[in-house]
Formats: sequence, C-alpha cells, structure tokens
Amino acid sequence: MSYLDQFLFGIYPYIALAIFLLGSLVRFEREQYTWKSESTQMLHRGQLRLGSNLFHIGVIGVFFGHLGGLLTPLSVWHALGVTHEAKQLLAMVAGGILGGLGALGLLILLYRRFSNPRLAAITPFRDKVLLLWLLATLGLGLATIPVSMGHLDGHMMTLFMEWAQRILTFRGDAASFVVGAPLVFKLHIFFGLTFFIIFPFTRMVHVWSGFGSVGYITRAWQLVRPR
Amino acid sequence: MKIRAQVAMVLNLDKCIGCHTCSITCKNVWTSRDGVEYAWFNNVETKPGIGYPKEWENQQKWKGGWQRNSAGKLEPRQGGKLRILANIFANPNLPEIDDYYEPFTYDYEHLQNAPEMQTPPTARPVSVITGQKMDKIEWGPNWEDDLGGEFSKRSKDQLFKDIEKEMYATFENTFMMYLPRLCEHCLNPACVASCPSGSIYKREDDGIVLVDQDKCRGWRMCISGCPYKKIYYNWDSGKAEKCTFCYPRIEGGQPTVCSESCVGRIRYLGVLLYDADQIETAASVANEEDLYNAQLKVFLDPNLPSVIEEARKQGIPESWIESAQKSPVYKMAVEWKVAFPLHPEYRTLPMVWYIPPLSPIQAAAERGVMGRNGILPDVKEMRIPVKYLANLLTAGDEKPVLAALDKMLAMRAYMRGKSVEKTENLEVLQQVGLTQAQVEEMYQIMAIANYEDRFVIPSSHKEEVEDSFNDKASCGFTFGNGCSGGVSSGTLFGKKKEGSIIFVDMPKSRKKAAQESGAD
Repeated sequence: MSYLDQFLFGIYPYIALAIFLLGSLVRFEREQYTWKSESTQMLHRGQLRLGSNLFHIGVIGVFFGHLGGLLTPLSVWHALGVTHEAKQLLAMVAGGILGGLGALGLLILLYRRFSNPRLAAITPFRDKVLLLWLLATLGLGLATIPVSMGHLDGHMMTLFMEWAQRILTFRGDAASFVVGAPLVFKLHIFFGLTFFIIFPFTRMVHVWSGFGSVGYITRAWQLVRPR
Repeated sequence: MKIRAQVAMVLNLDKCIGCHTCSITCKNVWTSRDGVEYAWFNNVETKPGIGYPKEWENQQKWKGGWQRNSAGKLEPRQGGKLRILANIFANPNLPEIDDYYEPFTYDYEHLQNAPEMQTPPTARPVSVITGQKMDKIEWGPNWEDDLGGEFSKRSKDQLFKDIEKEMYATFENTFMMYLPRLCEHCLNPACVASCPSGSIYKREDDGIVLVDQDKCRGWRMCISGCPYKKIYYNWDSGKAEKCTFCYPRIEGGQPTVCSESCVGRIRYLGVLLYDADQIETAASVANEEDLYNAQLKVFLDPNLPSVIEEARKQGIPESWIESAQKSPVYKMAVEWKVAFPLHPEYRTLPMVWYIPPLSPIQAAAERGVMGRNGILPDVKEMRIPVKYLANLLTAGDEKPVLAALDKMLAMRAYMRGKSVEKTENLEVLQQVGLTQAQVEEMYQIMAIANYEDRFVIPSSHKEEVEDSFNDKASCGFTFGNGCSGGVSSGTLFGKKKEGSIIFVDMPKSRKKAAQESGAD
C-alpha cells in the first residue's frame, strides 16, 4: 500500500471528521451570527422552487443512503436476509435516482445563480467553491454506478462498508480495504471527505439547523421570553 | 388569569400629514445598513394604494396571518408546522425584492468627474445589489405618494372590498389618507409561530417582538407569515430583521424614534395590561367582525382594585401599574373606543392602533345642505367612505368606526362651542355618550397632545433580572456574538463584503468614446 493511499484513506478521514465536528462546534459557539442558510430566494426566485427541492430531496436521500448503507454492520443485513447482490442493486438504483435528482437540482440552481446578474454579483467565492465541489462529488458518485455494473456481486461494496466501519470504530488498517478500488471510487471518497472539511467554513452549517428544526413540530406556537 | 403588560402605540390618522419624518428617522437609526437598504421598519403609505410591499394586504396572494381551521383552531394561513417545514427549501409565499423595490443610489461622482460636455451631466441610478447602472427606477418605497399612478393600479387596494370603487376613480370623488405602518408587536404574532428555529419571541415584560439575530437561520418563514409584511430579509446578512420598537429607548422610558420625531404629534405610547390566557380565545372567534370586540375583552382595567392586586401578586412593577392607569393608549383604545387595531381579521391581535381620519363632508358641500345625524354632521357623507375605514380597522364592521368618528366630531363641536361661542353644548355629548370630563380629557390628549400626555412609558426594571454591575465597561449595542461585532472580517468563517454603496464608472470602451466626442 502506497504512502498516499495510507494517508488519504487511513488518516485523512480523521482529519476531515475532526475539522468537521470541531469547526462546526467552534463556529456555533463563537460566531452564531454567521450561522445561516444564506437563502437568495428574495433577490431572485427564478427556478429556485424546482431546483432547490430536487437538490435537497436528492442530497438528503443520498446522505442517509450512505449513512445506512455504509455503517450498518453486515451481520444486520444478513439477519434481515438481504443478500450482497440485492444490497448492491438497491444502492445503485436508489443512489442513482436520488443522486440524479440531486445533480439535476444542483445544475438548475447553478444555472439560476450564475445567469442572474443580482445573484452573480452577491455570490461570495466560498459559495462558488462549495457548489462546484458538491457538483463534482455528486458527479463522481454517479460515475461509480456504471463501474459497479461490472461487478454486481456486491463484494466491492462490502469492502467500502468494512472501510467505513473500521474508520468509525478506530480500528487500524482501514485503508487496505479500498486500495484496490477503481480510481473513480477513490476520487469520490476523496471529494466526499474534503466536503466535510469545507462544511464548517461555508453555509453548509445550516444542515445542522435543518435537522434541528424538526423540533419545531412539537413546539408551542408562541414564544415568550423573560428578559 | 396571567397578567402581562405591553407598551402599545396609537397613531391618530386624523392628524397625519404624510411627511415621512418617522420613516426617515427610523431609517437613519435602524436600516441604513447593507442588506436592508430596501427595508423600512416604518413607512408611510398613501391610501388608496397597493402599498409596500406591493399588495401586502392581499392575503390570498401572500398567505400571511392566521386562519381558523374547520375544527375552530388557529393555524398560520401559510400552513401548519409540517407544511411550513416542507416549504423550507423554497418558500412559495415569499415576496421578491422587486415587490418592495430594487435598492438604488445615484452615481453622484459623475457630477463632479464628468468631462466637459454639451449637456449637463446627470447622476444615473445605480443598483445597490449589482452595482450596475439602472435604466429606469420602476418602483420605490412610496411610489404611490399622494395618489401617484393610475387609478386602475391603485384600486387593487384590498380595502375596496364591498365598495363600488369605480365611482372613486373620478377627480371629483377621489379621496386619500396616509397610513404610517410599523411592526404591530402583536399579542398573537404569526411570525413567531412561523419560525422553525424559534428565534423570534415576544418579551414578557413589555411585549416587544424581537428576532434573536444569533438564533435566526434564515428559513424566511416569518416574512411570509407576517400579514403586515413587517419582517424583512437582510439579503446581506441572511437574517430576518424587524422593527425593534426602539427597545433600548423604551427600556429607558423614552418614546420610539418614530414617535419622538413625529411633527404632527400623532403618536402615543402607553402601557396596556392584558390577560395572556385569553389570547387564544380572542383570536379564534368565528366571525371576523367580532374580532375587534374580542380583542378589547383581553385588556384589563388598570383602575380595578382586583386587577391591581392580582398584577402586584404576579410581579408587575408598581410603576408599570401606575403607567397603565395613565396610559393614553388605554384611554383611546379601550375607554373612548376611538382607536382601532389594524386588520383584526388577520387574527394576530395587533398592538399598534389607529384613530380613523375625519374628512370633508363632501356631499354636503355639493348640495349646500349639511346631512345631519341628530345635531352632528352625518359622518356617512364624509369624503373617505366609512366602509373603506372599516375594512382597514374593524374587519368591515362600520358601527365602531362610525361611533368613533361621531365622538371626534362631537369633541370638535363641544370645544368650538366652549371656546368660540362660550356655551357648553351638552346635547352633542349626550348624543355620542361622552361625559364632559371625558371630552375635556379627549381634547387634552388628542388635540393638544402634550409630550407627557402622549408618552407615558415606565422605565424597565432591569435590576430585577440581572446584575447591571457586570455591564460596566462592556460593549454597547451589537448584532450578536457579544462584543465581537457579529462579523468576522477576513477570519475563518468568511469576510464581510465591503460597503454596499458603489459608484461604478462607465465601461472603459464607452468612457473613452464619450471623452473623445466630448458628450455623455
């Protein structure tokens, strides 16, 4: 295993996750005024409603798909009676549909953002980096599907699961499970991990609040605060 | 019974001259900043007109305020909590900035830097958002000033509901009035209810509704939730902002800036005591025309010994109870019933109240014979249709508005008799059900309107909630994040954009050509 492989898939995940968690925490603690969704809907509606809904549904779906797919132990799938082949197919179909929706939504949003003079004028550099990075990550993820067609037995998928679970449980030698994967998978993993590093420095932090806003459902309508 | 106090406002539209001093002072203090150039926490509209933002009163379009569902329960018109969350990615009811107006400045620099030309140089408008020159300013914060624009556009005004509006299109029959608007600091605010992150709240001790700038995440549901469209999205900071009722001044016992600067002395500030347990009942009344009276029932008589005793028990400070007893707002809204809430049909129980304007008895002037209601001129013959005022203030019920206008006419008749003819016309008071003492006080407060009669504001009792010693030598007013100023310039989490006022120059190619030809 090369030094680069060891670094990118054995050590880099920890760097990324540490920056993601600590960065979010520090920003929440120190700079909450900057913590926001940075909506541009008011300046120009355009195709936002279609694009934003497609993008968010797709990306949230993909996120939970990765979370459940990678981190659920194999023994649980076995107990449920799901074969590797079936799971591989599920991942490809669900990932393909949701990822496709997300990518389509993102393209609509990018078009909206760069074709409208108002939005083009106020979009900060970090937003451009973020959006293009997301597009690249999504594109690479979609590009893995045709590659997966070549090995429908689900073996490679189990290797990725093993890698992710080893990283998360602090077991060594995780990188060796992905060393042999085709380049497009490795690139997708690298872009995905780097996204976690970008996360706390951009408006991505609104994702935490998005999940937090679920608490709204059980809240009273009115809020009265003593001073 | 849960007694709470609120500092409420009354605006006497009978005296508003539409000078916009309130708007300008408010703008200078609160919204002369990036991202809220287009926002006027206080604005003055000419009615009839569609207002600012465009057609804000059309709740079929904007879905603001509350509605009563089939079970008799209230929910925001834009939807219940699940619907609001489902719309979080793109709010279908959000106004665009063009519904307010595109903020602009002028290329003043060009007036000084222009080369010698045949024609005088002009300062072209420049968009504050894009920094580009604008061909034409299409709309502004007060585009319909003094009935500007065609009647066909202005008449989209929702207040023409149930009125044959076409007859008011002619010059002979036209009418107008001014409507200064600010946040209503409602008892049942729809913005608070619409906020998924819980950043908007009503202060317990003075009822002021504020947005916690740190907790706001920019989900922008409050903007569509507020039926008065008085929450604004700061497109630069990405946060919701609104009228603060100048709370730092109110806390110190001073009037809001808009009230302080009002040259017509039309604004009043005073304490109202109310029963917070009654809010839901009052806002859920089935018939919209009953909402005004239902809201009146929420308020407590500050002179009633039982109320005073209970208020003391619940920790309302003595100075606040005393202020409530002297409150001009209580007198005008509850005692004399000459002030009304703005659009009670939105079910928000607004706390900025309006005294309807009198207007010339127009038909009488034409006929040469004054229509009479008893011995008073008939207010139904006034230039401004009573139905129009009722649509604004009482959900269409004309009776309370007529009674208020009659009282105001009676006050004039009585005082004219007293000071000009040296007779006390008690008959006119009997007709409208006012006592001599009441009408003298009405005259003192509404006509003379001395500073100390208009503003009865108790200072807040900060000492009861915190140890002010710790504030010594700390920072003053900031936007979030304690003393950090709220912006991290050039640090980890993004750099603040530099100034929004941009004087852009002409493209180099055109500039060169212009200089060569010596023309603009």
